[in-house]
Amino acid sequence: MKRIILLLSAMYLTSMAFANEEPVAEHQAQQEHQEADFDPTEVIMHHISDAHDWHLFDLTDKETGEKHAVSIPLPVILFYKGHLDVFLSSAFHHGESTVHKEEREYALYHNKIYAVTSEGMVFDEHEHPINPKPLDFSITKNVASLLFSALFLLLIFIPMARKYKKGNLVPSGLQGFLEPIVLFIKEDIAIPNIGEHKFHRFLPYLLTVFFFIWINNMLGLVPFFPGGANLTGNIAVTMTLAVFTLIITNTSGSKTYWGHVFAPPVPKWLWFIMIPVEMIGVLSKPFALMIRLFANITAGHIIVLSLVSLIFIFKTVWISPASIVFVLFMDVLELLVAILQAYIFTLLSALFIGLAVHEHH
Amino acid sequence: MDLVTPAIGLVFWTVLIFLILLLLLRAFAWKPILNAVDERNESIKEALAAADKAKEEMIKLQADNDMVLKEARIERDKIIKEARELKEKTISEAKVQAKTEADALVTSAKAAIENEKRNAINAIKNEMANLSVQIAEKILEQELSDKEKQKRLIEDMLNKTNIN
Repeated sequence: MKRIILLLSAMYLTSMAFANEEPVAEHQAQQEHQEADFDPTEVIMHHISDAHDWHLFDLTDKETGEKHAVSIPLPVILFYKGHLDVFLSSAFHHGESTVHKEEREYALYHNKIYAVTSEGMVFDEHEHPINPKPLDFSITKNVASLLFSALFLLLIFIPMARKYKKGNLVPSGLQGFLEPIVLFIKEDIAIPNIGEHKFHRFLPYLLTVFFFIWINNMLGLVPFFPGGANLTGNIAVTMTLAVFTLIITNTSGSKTYWGHVFAPPVPKWLWFIMIPVEMIGVLSKPFALMIRLFANITAGHIIVLSLVSLIFIFKTVWISPASIVFVLFMDVLELLVAILQAYIFTLLSALFIGLAVHEHH
Repeated sequence: MDLVTPAIGLVFWTVLIFLILLLLLRAFAWKPILNAVDERNESIKEALAAADKAKEEMIKLQADNDMVLKEARIERDKIIKEARELKEKTISEAKVQAKTEADALVTSAKAAIENEKRNAINAIKNEMANLSVQIAEKILEQELSDKEKQKRLIEDMLNKTNIN
């Protein structure tokens, strides 16, 4: 039955694609000079990038036919020329107006804040602004999502811990669902990779990183508030997490570990090759962690958004069943990817820490 | 390119929030949870060990019981045996005593009978002697009443008595 549905939807999709090839081409040609042609790349990039407001939905003005974005304004915190400027992102009016703070003027352009100089906004030949950028510590959509997920985790696990303290040692409810996962991380990730005697110090980090990545991967799959931020698909977040693993790995490195890096067990005349290789290895492990999580989650978002975009690219509602089927399939797959990537990040972190604290060879 | 350029602000907030989250969860979630689970495992282990111990003790106790029972049975058999022996001994002793007593009785009775018999015989002998004397007196009286007869008697007597 499943196969038949898949086959039918695949046939439907291909027939739609062929049927629409010409009209779309014509359409595009017709609409070339018209305004607001649908650009999936821009839409997708906008969705997976960070933003200074949390977009909820669009309202269309019945009289003018204009679209108004309804979004939650977020605090903007800027350091520029030694001054700290704090204001709400709604002051930009979705980039339509600039914000004046004393003699400083800021503009929002493609979700990035630039300082406006006396010449106004200046663009290079690729239409990228070359205005100076203030240091941006704003509570962006990702930071808000980060705070939300952190609170969410605290609200899940602290009451759960309290349940144990009250003497409720037999797990019930959410406790019964989460306890096996906590124990799985302890017994199947931390202990086998780090070792029976040394895992205690690293277990809180591994548990936190696992649940942090998992919950944020899951929140990223939710298309509406408070989900939808592509947090674990943001290079800044994955880089930070990877750097944590890097720091923990190298600050707990044993003699054996550093001996392996700076005095590799090869003939001495090979050291001039091996030492740089080993040092690259030290950095490439967390680098791989960073890229893996970023690429997997971003790719998932891009695929889902592309499938939804099909409807708008073909400009027909008849493509939507195919889109829905494929998006549903992708979302289910992404549910698996969400926990899988959290597991892989945690496992590899534990593995790297285990390699670093290992005493003998 | 924007996609792979980490934003400094997000890095800052991620570090801050993640570290706070890590410290809070470590203090208020992971440690209590893991300690509680460890404690629970320990108590389960202890309970299982206690159950095993109790089971062992029960087996031991049962073995003890069996032994006691066996000893009691042996004791009972011994007591019964002793009682039986005692009974037999008592009976046999009683028999022997009874026989001895009976024999003694018979002997004394026999002796008494013999005595009585002798006495009776003696009495009879005396009586007979008296009677004989009386008879002899009577006969003598009769015989000596007449001279002829006296003569004849003396002659008879003399005849019978051999004079050597």
